[in-house]
Amino acid sequence: MGRKEENIAKAKKLMFKIDNIRNIGIAAHIDHGKTTLSDNLLAGCGMMSEELAGKQLVLDYDEQEQARGITIQTAAASMVHTFEGEEYLINLLDTPGHVDFGGDVTRAMRAVDGCIIVVCAVEGVMPQTETVIRQALREKVKPVLFINKVDRLINELKVTPEEMQQRFIKIITEVNRLINKMAPEEFKGKWTVKVEDGSVAFGSAYYNWAISVPYMKKTGITFKDIYEYCNKGDQKTLAKKAPIHEIILDMVVDHLPSPKEAQKYRIPHIWRGDLESSIGKGMINCDPDAPLSFMVTKIIIDPHAGEVAVGRVFSGKIEKGQEVTVVGMPKKNRVQQVSLMVGADRIPVDFVTAGNVAAVIGIRDAIAGSTVTTVEGMEPFERMVHVSEPVVTVAVEAKHPRDLPKLVEVLRNISKADPSIEVTINQETGEHLMSGMGELHLEVTEYKIKNEYGVDIVTSEPIVVYRESVAKKTPRPFEGKSPNRHNRFYFVVEPLPDSIVKALYNNEIPTDPKKHRKEIASKLQQLGMDKEEAKGVFKITGLNILTDVTKGIQHLFETRELIAEGFDEVMKKGPIANEPCQGVLVKLVDAKLHEDAIHRGPAQVIPAVKKAINGAMMSSDPILLEPMQKVFISIPQDVLGNVSRELNQRRAVILDMKTEGDMVTVEAKAPVAEMFGFASAIRSATGGRVLWSTENTGFEPLPRELQREVIKRIRERKGLSPEPYPPEYYMD
Amino acid sequence: MGELIFIGLGLYDEKDISLKGLEDARRCDYLFAEFYTSKLTGTDISKVEKILGKKIKVLERKEVEDGEQILKEAERGRVGFLTAGDPMAATTHVELRIRAEERGIATRIIHGSSVFTAIPALLGLQHYKFGRTTSLVYPEDKFFPTSPYYVIKENKERGLHTLVLLDIDAEKERFMTIREGIDILLEMENMLKEGVIGDDTIVCGVARAGSKKPTVKAGSILEVREFDFGPPLHTLVIVGKLHFMERKALETFAGLTRENRSA
Repeated sequence: MGRKEENIAKAKKLMFKIDNIRNIGIAAHIDHGKTTLSDNLLAGCGMMSEELAGKQLVLDYDEQEQARGITIQTAAASMVHTFEGEEYLINLLDTPGHVDFGGDVTRAMRAVDGCIIVVCAVEGVMPQTETVIRQALREKVKPVLFINKVDRLINELKVTPEEMQQRFIKIITEVNRLINKMAPEEFKGKWTVKVEDGSVAFGSAYYNWAISVPYMKKTGITFKDIYEYCNKGDQKTLAKKAPIHEIILDMVVDHLPSPKEAQKYRIPHIWRGDLESSIGKGMINCDPDAPLSFMVTKIIIDPHAGEVAVGRVFSGKIEKGQEVTVVGMPKKNRVQQVSLMVGADRIPVDFVTAGNVAAVIGIRDAIAGSTVTTVEGMEPFERMVHVSEPVVTVAVEAKHPRDLPKLVEVLRNISKADPSIEVTINQETGEHLMSGMGELHLEVTEYKIKNEYGVDIVTSEPIVVYRESVAKKTPRPFEGKSPNRHNRFYFVVEPLPDSIVKALYNNEIPTDPKKHRKEIASKLQQLGMDKEEAKGVFKITGLNILTDVTKGIQHLFETRELIAEGFDEVMKKGPIANEPCQGVLVKLVDAKLHEDAIHRGPAQVIPAVKKAINGAMMSSDPILLEPMQKVFISIPQDVLGNVSRELNQRRAVILDMKTEGDMVTVEAKAPVAEMFGFASAIRSATGGRVLWSTENTGFEPLPRELQREVIKRIRERKGLSPEPYPPEYYMD
Repeated sequence: MGELIFIGLGLYDEKDISLKGLEDARRCDYLFAEFYTSKLTGTDISKVEKILGKKIKVLERKEVEDGEQILKEAERGRVGFLTAGDPMAATTHVELRIRAEERGIATRIIHGSSVFTAIPALLGLQHYKFGRTTSLVYPEDKFFPTSPYYVIKENKERGLHTLVLLDIDAEKERFMTIREGIDILLEMENMLKEGVIGDDTIVCGVARAGSKKPTVKAGSILEVREFDFGPPLHTLVIVGKLHFMERKALETFAGLTRENRSA
């Protein structure tokens, strides 16, 4: 039996010893060495050949990821590690490093209890380090720290041992400042990482060695030894004496919680259901005999097996032949196969129990983020908080018309596997529109469609997705008449305060007033909304709220659903350019209705409401918002001028600039619309000596002087008249 | 300046129009009609055209509500606007008449026989004793108005009958039957549970009022539900307190039995 087979056999047994399981992720700023670390951990544990590690990136099992050198997918892998004479099963979920793919990161974080934060010793704490720490702590995921690329510090930067220590202290202090700033209340001060207790390790993922204080004590190796091995160019010996997987996995076992420990405090945080119910108790206690609760973090499309749902079992067990329900879907699905994940391999087992990561075939209704259970009516895990939302769209067409049916199927699979990809059909033209987090995200997806699914496609130039909003309150109630003119609705719109928009965006407010009326009202009041307005909320669409502040109008109740429908339609297609609305508070202030229900049905109420809201928005200083990106650029001093020039041409604002040695880190903010083609522009502006990344930061008003032009362009593209209609248009 | 004449076609076929309506229609320069608020089930448009000796343009709901076609023609000539029943009963056309007057177009109404009088007449119920009229609509996902239930409740509390008009879906050529209407009422009772509709509540059904052979039936709601009324249009009445003459009439014309005592 090879070592890999032996480990697989051990893993199958260990999954029942809940105290000996760790579910972890690795998160880092781009290029800080996360994937190399993952692979060397796997290799060290005998899950792949040692020679291949660092060269063949197992977790990057998309061919395309390897070509691009960035990790796009989140795959899972299990490892066996011995610590103080006991064997442990460590389930590693790889998380994408590029923030264009924020949805995947958040999802993976939800399934793990602990996280190794990787920071490059040369670059130190970078903006995305902060982002990933925030993502981890928001899900109550406990961090440990690995300072990577120590060899470069010694060999390239030629720092003295004292300077090296100074750098370490600086990085650790900064990481702890971030942890303590963002840690959940109960863990403030307690999750600080420390060199002395071994929650910080140092090393070189590339050269396969690492060191920590407990390991130094155990083996007698010192920092001085390391310094000398590196100086001598003999890191191979170092890798034998202090193999990276030993040190890192010791740290993981010793400092990160078992599922049993973690689910006690994480379940009440990530799940809104009744904690006293059997499923609630089952999850809190990580009970393998409780009903099943399985959260899908990712769907992988396997060329042979089809859709594979990868996720975490929080309670009960998932087994072959089981009938399960995907919350929100009407029919049951039958589990066809259950596996443990080892690198790119799935190892079929009969079942997987609470606390473990499983790959499951047969749950056809699942998408990434789904809750799968055996309990009727189980409360799903709350919709995961997405850091990003789609901001760029391309139209996708099959090159050969005969491929159209296949393309439709492929697009459906893609949006299932990656819910941050949104596929819609343009009703007028019939073309498929694919929206994503950024230009790169869409390019990657296009590549997949062509090369993995084998459908030749043509795509349009990328188009930015805008939002519509208002800048002031409607001066007086706007009247909307029904087509038969026997019903009138009066609306006022106004901008929602930022605090409420933010709370909606972060999913801190439930969005279904039919189910959570009281909770919505109290949350909104806490955020400063007027009591009557908060109590009257009866529909939330996106980041917009509809409230009824009328009193005692007869028959209004039976038209409410229709009013909500009209509101919903306008919020999805606003009056400025048929883009979605954002940050609008819509208040129904009065209504006059026909006596008989037959003359105030859908055909009367919906158009009346739409007219009134459209008209109210057009009389309230309507504005177009554009998506913005933060851009992080790391470059040598001498090309700073070129980079500034490149940024200036793109309406970018430089927010921060840090100099370290001869390197400069620039943080800027720019409109997504201006960032198309930035990849090649910045490469040529710097002669390729650049590391950069972007992060979507929501929507901001498009400058006044550009509004008219942009609106006209969008409207013409959609086949609308070039100018939006004035309020008068909506009066009759 | 032109003229706009609202002409009622009456209840059932092309011969229900009044002589005055017929003469005026023949003198019009242009004829419009709508059949989405009601419909003459005993005839078709070609027969109406034949009797009037003129082409008729039938408008959809949106075109009538917009009204421009009608008003433009009426600004330069004499226009007749034909509707089934009475033009101003159970329609929203008063709005069109107001707009016409505001634009200086003279308007006139030629009344037609209407469900509002025909139903009490066929059943022998006294028109004085009806409360507010209500309509049942085909329930939709987001539209299931329950106000008819409360109209019936209010009327019953005051001892009054309720005329219940049943939905017409012109686009889908659907006409609500008495049985469908009763099922909707029973569903409302099930939802609201205020004891307005019981198994022994007396209701009356009328089909094809205005035809040579209208079908009428009175009895408990469950009896009437099972009764075969034949083709549309159907209308329902929920009975309030019966005057002795009304009871006698229902027994004589509509098969009410002595066991039906609840109302």
